[in-house]
Amino acid sequence: MKVTELFRKGEFVVTAEVGPPKGCHLEGVVEEAKEYLSGLSAVNVTDCQSSVMRVGSLATCKVLKDAGLNPIYQLTCRDRNRIALQSDLLSAAAFGIDNVLCLTGDHTKLGDTPQAKPVFDLDSVSLLSTIKTLESGYDIAGNELVGDPPTFAKGAVVSPCSDSVDAQLSKMERKVMAGAEFFQTQAVYDTERFISFMEKAKQFDRPVQLGIVLLKSAGMASYMNKSVAGIHVPPDMIAELKADKEKTKAGITGVEIAARIIRECKPYVQGVHIMAMGWESKIPMLMELAGL
Amino acid sequence: MLITQLKNREAIDALISGTCFIVNCHGCGEVSFPAAEAQALQAELASQGKVTGILTTDYICSPENMKVNLESRRSEIDEADMVLVFSCGVGVQTVAGYLEDKKVCAGCDTYRLPGFQGVTPLEYDCEQCGECFLNLTGGICPITACSKSLVNGQCGGAKNGKCEVDPEMDCGWERIYRRLEQLGRLDLLKRPVQLHNYATDDEVYKQNN
Ligand code: SF4
Ligand code: SF4
Repeated sequence: MKVTELFRKGEFVVTAEVGPPKGCHLEGVVEEAKEYLSGLSAVNVTDCQSSVMRVGSLATCKVLKDAGLNPIYQLTCRDRNRIALQSDLLSAAAFGIDNVLCLTGDHTKLGDTPQAKPVFDLDSVSLLSTIKTLESGYDIAGNELVGDPPTFAKGAVVSPCSDSVDAQLSKMERKVMAGAEFFQTQAVYDTERFISFMEKAKQFDRPVQLGIVLLKSAGMASYMNKSVAGIHVPPDMIAELKADKEKTKAGITGVEIAARIIRECKPYVQGVHIMAMGWESKIPMLMELAGL
Repeated sequence: MLITQLKNREAIDALISGTCFIVNCHGCGEVSFPAAEAQALQAELASQGKVTGILTTDYICSPENMKVNLESRRSEIDEADMVLVFSCGVGVQTVAGYLEDKKVCAGCDTYRLPGFQGVTPLEYDCEQCGECFLNLTGGICPITACSKSLVNGQCGGAKNGKCEVDPEMDCGWERIYRRLEQLGRLDLLKRPVQLHNYATDDEVYKQNN
């Protein structure tokens, strides 16, 4: 089911992220998704996230779809050239997977195989426009596709709290121009900054899902502030995480903070995207506290 | 070894707004420069009253050399609305880097040929990609200044203006954005989606052999 249909119907679209394992057994992922994520609008499946080699996003999407979930196929330009990307998109369509989230992808040097050749033949923008071309019945070399062309709900990401926010907005505009129909954001902690971003992003008239990453500890927050692009956890949130270590360890503080962020930002967005990173079991509690 | 070729006439006409000051680099022996075609084109532009001056030099990529050369023609440069450079990608970037407030455009594309390469100052680099993007990026090369050689804008990895791959390195697209902002040319970021063509070398090869 295309998430664009859900946005069109006015549904507040809640999605979460599934990270495929480093190995070829997918039963665990499927069980966990069925238990905690089956009530959501869709689930994103990451594509060798952080440039760490894992089982494929496409294969994981397929098994999740067979298990009754609605997958969003994340596709990065890091590991495949334009031939492979188009081929994988056709493979996804052949499996009935109709949501794609287009990303440039992290550099290979950031992951567990820094010796690998970074590809980046296309980027998030040209990947989106490539999908549009496939949808018109041709590949990007201009050759005709056989049979009915595929169609996808085409998604993209944006980093609203980036310190390069102007450059990010300009890139968002290029993604819209290239065919992006919905956006998911990098994790948001600074709601004021996010709301002022949304005021500017309104002009593009595309549904935006607020990105949420559950904070597991004060150390994690400080680490992200130092090293993760586009993330700013305010000092009072870090103090909150430090205040009651037991509560934080149990995940309650992180969930409370996330629920607060969702409540504050809800009037400005059309959905939420939750990146639980191993804390999928906390998602039902988060939904309840956030009133979703 | 590298080879520069004039951009096609339409592309060059589209670049020129008002008057221009022209810089030719007959450079190093490693570059094969289309001197005759460039001269014919420039004579035509001059006859239309579009040229405030022409500087023909060598090793424009050497910053000291370039500074002396450009300063000696300062008044003609100031008078012009833009500077049009006929050189390899490094030359264009060196001029654009020095004339910060001026619109600096590339009149040539730079292709790679096997063999020795010329002097390349560390600050600017050109991979001779065959379809020079400098006119879209304010004279900063996206192929070498961005770790992913992106041609459609910044990725999500920049932190505090630095690249995700190397915290010591400025994000190339942050620099491009700031430069275009300074030049009042942010409209260039609304241009159609760019696809990097990796087949240009073959085409030049076919034409030249
Ligand atoms: S875009 Fe960069 S690599 Fe390509 S020709 Fe121009 S300066 Fe050289
Ligand atoms: S952070 Fe900037 S320079 Fe580095 S890969 Fe991304 S866009 Fe390119």
